[in-house]
Amino acid sequence: MFRYIVKRILLVIPTLLGAAVLVFLLLRMIPGDICELKLAGTGGYFDKEALAICQKELGLGRPLLVQFFEWIWGVMRFDFGVSMWTNRPIIEEIGLRFQLSLEIALLATFSATLIAISLGVTSAIKQDTWIDYLVRLFSIAGIAMPSFWLGILIILGLLISTQAWFGEPWMMPIEYTPIWVDPIANLSQVIWPALATGYRYSAVATRMTRSAMLEVLREDYIRTARAKGLLEKVIINRHALKNALLPVITVIGIEFAFLMGGLVVTEQVFNLNGLGKLFVGSVSNNDYTMTQALVMLVALIFVATNLVVDILYAWLDPRIRYN
Amino acid sequence: MKKKYCKLAVILLLGCVMCLGSIGQVWAQKKGGIMNFVVPAEPPSFDGHRETTFALIHPIAPFYSVLSRVNPDNPSSPTDFVCDLCTEMPTPTNGSKRYTFKIRKGVKFHDGSSLTAQDVLATFQRLVFPQEGVNSARKAYFTMVEKISAPDDETVVFDLKYPSGAFIPAVSMPYNFVYAKAKLDQDQHWFEKNIMGSGPFIFEERQAGAFISGKANPNYYHAGKPYLDGFKSVFANKQSLRVQAIRGNRAMIEFRGFPPKSRDDLVKALGDKITVQESDWNCVLIVTPNHKKKPFDDPRVRRALSLGIDRWGGANALSKIAIVKTVGGVVFPGHPLAASKEELQKIAGYWPDIEKSRKEAKRLLKEAGHENLSFTLHNRAVDQPYKIVGTWLIDQWSRIGLNVKQWTQPTGPFYATLRKKGDYDVSLDFNCQSVVNPLLDVGKFISNDRSGNQYGNYIDRNMDQMYDEMNQTADPAEQRKIMRKFEKRAIEEQANAFVTLWWYRIIPHRSALKGWKISPSHYLNQDLSGVWIEE
Repeated sequence: MFRYIVKRILLVIPTLLGAAVLVFLLLRMIPGDICELKLAGTGGYFDKEALAICQKELGLGRPLLVQFFEWIWGVMRFDFGVSMWTNRPIIEEIGLRFQLSLEIALLATFSATLIAISLGVTSAIKQDTWIDYLVRLFSIAGIAMPSFWLGILIILGLLISTQAWFGEPWMMPIEYTPIWVDPIANLSQVIWPALATGYRYSAVATRMTRSAMLEVLREDYIRTARAKGLLEKVIINRHALKNALLPVITVIGIEFAFLMGGLVVTEQVFNLNGLGKLFVGSVSNNDYTMTQALVMLVALIFVATNLVVDILYAWLDPRIRYN
Repeated sequence: MKKKYCKLAVILLLGCVMCLGSIGQVWAQKKGGIMNFVVPAEPPSFDGHRETTFALIHPIAPFYSVLSRVNPDNPSSPTDFVCDLCTEMPTPTNGSKRYTFKIRKGVKFHDGSSLTAQDVLATFQRLVFPQEGVNSARKAYFTMVEKISAPDDETVVFDLKYPSGAFIPAVSMPYNFVYAKAKLDQDQHWFEKNIMGSGPFIFEERQAGAFISGKANPNYYHAGKPYLDGFKSVFANKQSLRVQAIRGNRAMIEFRGFPPKSRDDLVKALGDKITVQESDWNCVLIVTPNHKKKPFDDPRVRRALSLGIDRWGGANALSKIAIVKTVGGVVFPGHPLAASKEELQKIAGYWPDIEKSRKEAKRLLKEAGHENLSFTLHNRAVDQPYKIVGTWLIDQWSRIGLNVKQWTQPTGPFYATLRKKGDYDVSLDFNCQSVVNPLLDVGKFISNDRSGNQYGNYIDRNMDQMYDEMNQTADPAEQRKIMRKFEKRAIEEQANAFVTLWWYRIIPHRSALKGWKISPSHYLNQDLSGVWIEE
């Protein structure tokens, strides 16, 4: 098991290096100049002298190779430098957003996993009954409905219903309060985006759980377990579910990683100051250093999640670690 | 005799009523409360001298004082300037080439140090003659300034190279935050990352990407102000969220402006809990043909493009769905230098009879040999009002037989295309200024090698000459006369580039918010010192 984990960790290095090269080159191919945007993004006067000063300040005129190696050397020391747009330390800028994104991702993952496993298993056991149809309807609707759209519906629904009931429309807070400062203010903000994203997330995982369970329930060893007279509860929980969980864990892992950096539109809908919003801002501002740092962070999250998933695989299925 | 006493009594009574009325007004201004407002973007730095975005003005202006400004009691006037740190607006001397400002006594920065003329001098030296390595986005507005001096701690003198009507508006720009000389002497870049002014509010907290907040300055030099205990500017880049935030009372106002539909939705949902203020807006979209590309090097083709647009009809229709409304020439329509309706209607493209215009457009295209011209309209990928106006233009041009497609790009690549490559046929360009200062604002129409932001790639020395002439005369009548010729050449004779419709600013805000008055620019009147909340 130890060798398996070490091997997996070593594989992280080329993956991250590949991501670094790719993001560095791709960003430089996008037309636009951060200095021009800063100086005249709103169509104002454009001073060429000021442009030269700005480009010199940001080091944009240096050879690409020099820029790349300087950046990589910084990344290896966990020094991502400063944001070209705000001129503030990137670690500081990301740190603020990271806790919010992590909280939503955890909340959405936790609720989605609970819903998905219980509904998926029930749906598989009660295949082709009205319960199964209902669960399938729920999950298909969740997959079909983009979470940002559901988010808009939630906001409007809250505004309209509270105005109808209480006379004054209510909306969730639009600024983040950490949970340890004010848990009620925190939850009244994050619960809605967690609901919007968690619904889609749970829908995907429900369908995966259902199909994996259906497959496992038809296996010989399940029939053998039933023939032995084992309790149905024991068959489902100990023999069927554990084996059916492998693909479900993959889905949960990927979705969790996606939630950490991919809630681009949903974060904007709810005005969440998370990583997705920062991502959009830095790309549209041509903020190379910030975008590079964010891509590396998201790549690291994906790699780390995959690593955890691989370890869970090995734990759940001994054949994998022996191979 | 009796009659005389009666008259006196009536006058006294009226006087009392007026006094009581004005006292009542003072009483009406309530102290206290925190005002939340939403801002569509976050500023890259806190330095007003280097930034150009309104995203800096809305959250940062309340922390700073300026030398002079647009009158906060009459912000809709484009020519009414009053003192902030100075004691009296100066009358120019030395053949209208010297302006002497007297500075208020007893003004303190938020760190407790005194503000003197030396701080004002250091500020304007940085704006007008920035040191190497310092960016001043305002430098181009002060080309008329020869020298600035502070003979004592209460006097600042500006000596100009020539008399200029553009000077006072330039001095009164809201970005000209007065910085402490001591800080600038330590580090010219200190104000990029720090906030320390002498304005009505003191910086309290910033959370990157989320908000900036301030608390009332108890030592503010305008007695009794500010009324608010503090403010919080929350960054929210999605328009729908900003509208809902006002509806859900998470924010009282957004100072940039909403489209008509959002105004109507808010009014419908909240009734008298919403107050709407509207104004002409000192921003305009300009159709810019690329003179380096054929056939747009031909003035007949460019004129035809302008003639094909029904501005008067478009104003009616577009103002219902977009933030554009007012028909105007090259000068902001509310300014004395702007063309009147009668003057405008004599310019090709503004004729009241659109059929006549279109007939002439077709004739010109035929004469130039481009009757069924096809081209691409380059545009910024922003709905309000870019894409809407772009779509409208395509429809207008289709009526004179042109086949036009729209190509939109996000802001960064859009400007990169305009500045570097020049591989576009016709583009929509944008001119949006803070203080209405037409003499400089029309700099967009002069030659490519002189204007910092003219993207039509043309050289027109006649335009340059007229621009210099009107900028170097102090006589408003003369300025107006030259401006008419300038305008005629720019948008009719050569049709180098031509304006579409001027923007229209719509600000729906919570009715509990009082004391804020709309201006023709989302950059103006934003120090929030006169704002209060009446729940």
